[in-house]
Amino acid sequence: MHKYIPNTEADKKSMLESIGVSSIEDLFSDIPAELKLGRELNLGEPMSELELVKHMNELADKNKSDFVCFRGAGAYDHYIPSLINHMLLRQEFFTAYTPYQPEISQGTLQMIFEFQTMLCDLTGMDVANASMYDVGTATVEAAVMAVQNKKKCKNVVVSKAVAPETRLILHTYLKQNDIEVIEVDTADGVTDMDKLTAAVGDETAGVIVQNPNFFGVFEDVEAIAGVAHDKKALLIDVVDPISLGIVKRPGDIGADIVVGDAQCFGSALNFGGPYIGFLTTKSKMARKMPGRIVGQTEDTDGKRGFVLTLQAREQHIRREKATSNICSNQGLCTLTVAIYLSTMGKSGLKEVALQCMNKAQYAYKKLTESGKFKPLYNKPFFKEFALTSDVAAADVNAKLAESNILGGYELECDYPEAKNGLLFCVTEKRTKEEIDCLAQVMEVNC
Amino acid sequence: MSKIVQGLYYTTHHDWVKVDGNKAYVGATDYAQHALGDIVYVELPEVGEEFGVEDAYGVIESVKAASDAYAPLSGKIVEVNSELEDAPESINEAPYEKWLVAIEMSDASELEKLMDASAYEDFCNKEA
Repeated sequence: MHKYIPNTEADKKSMLESIGVSSIEDLFSDIPAELKLGRELNLGEPMSELELVKHMNELADKNKSDFVCFRGAGAYDHYIPSLINHMLLRQEFFTAYTPYQPEISQGTLQMIFEFQTMLCDLTGMDVANASMYDVGTATVEAAVMAVQNKKKCKNVVVSKAVAPETRLILHTYLKQNDIEVIEVDTADGVTDMDKLTAAVGDETAGVIVQNPNFFGVFEDVEAIAGVAHDKKALLIDVVDPISLGIVKRPGDIGADIVVGDAQCFGSALNFGGPYIGFLTTKSKMARKMPGRIVGQTEDTDGKRGFVLTLQAREQHIRREKATSNICSNQGLCTLTVAIYLSTMGKSGLKEVALQCMNKAQYAYKKLTESGKFKPLYNKPFFKEFALTSDVAAADVNAKLAESNILGGYELECDYPEAKNGLLFCVTEKRTKEEIDCLAQVMEVNC
Repeated sequence: MSKIVQGLYYTTHHDWVKVDGNKAYVGATDYAQHALGDIVYVELPEVGEEFGVEDAYGVIESVKAASDAYAPLSGKIVEVNSELEDAPESINEAPYEKWLVAIEMSDASELEKLMDASAYEDFCNKEA
């Protein structure tokens, strides 16, 4: 018997006979010999279920999973209502793959429809696609839409206060499209408006800003939108969707495309993925939007039904002209978001956002009280803030780890100017006791 | 049988061409709109863009398919029918009235390569 595959030799023999070949190797005869591994995979011996559970638990125990988390920087430790797994793990959803015969999968389509509707409401936009891999890919696709929208454009402009990972992905993709990515410096933790205005020109397709930005600080999106629109460029707003519980909707302050990561809506940290990117935009851009849209309609009997109403046709028919290779979506994470938002409702989301902001304010006050840790920037922030001190960031985090605290994100690796900088994140899950403990350890031990 | 209008030029892509001085109005024939089915979206170029013969200048999308629209003549786009943006289905209703673009011809002799109504009728019969 194989290590991992339950078919017996007799099973294999009868299957091979029925298709008229003598060995499994024959099935791979079209692969050149020099490309084949030529040996068994280097894998461990098979285990019984009991042994396997024990083994996996031993591996899992190596993780420090009981740390109190004060780190964000794109991956957020928000509360996950227990309702989510009760719904999410239903096999009709959990085992389903992307709906290739979509109309058969009414449940999946309705879930995506609800997701789109709620995301449009939250962002103040007209259309949303059925989700994307993560904030990075969503931002790239938004940039490509902006390029499609403006003929003869040569660049997109992005603020350095947009998450470093998002900017890296942007560079990777747009290099292939011969579109230059122009990065604009920050000043006191926000996009430098003078430098932005100088960078945005007639050949700029889009301006990308993150709000709240990577440092947690609120940007003046309206002013940035003005700079973009003056040059007929689109404004792409990368948002923290939790903040939409209390801040003005991006669609109401000049955004043309809104993207973000909805991991914070009910998904665990998951070691960095799978996450879920979203993209919403105005009606006039719907045709340029990659991915797919689910629509609500009626069948011949007048009953409500859901259909895949608009997928970028190029992906199926004119692939040589396609502007995006996104033809999938994060189905299960989409469902997570839909359940989370339905569970929270408007007032619930507002409560989460307010708690994040209030607790972050409290933590900021406690951590800067003695002057040992100083704010890097003096600007209004949402749930993250950057501090600096005379102690190396890594040393601070090492001390915090001794007290089972996951400290701030070390900024210096992405922003050399932020010397000893730590970006702290405080979500609604953090308690006053936990914040007081953090302040105590930093004050006394660091 | 699809409707064919006398006095127009026709292309193998099922476009009609109506000449007005040095301008040529271009649209989709009745045959084309039947083949496409319900038209839901038209993407048109901008005034001032230049195209050669057979260059794709836009897209016509129906519930069934997305097709490129090819320039029947070389020249510069001088007008686009922007009412199609909000009412693409009007091509289905009146294909010979709903022109897509007007091209300022750079070489009027290219018209000789196009079909007249009767040649186009034969062409459609063969296609069918």
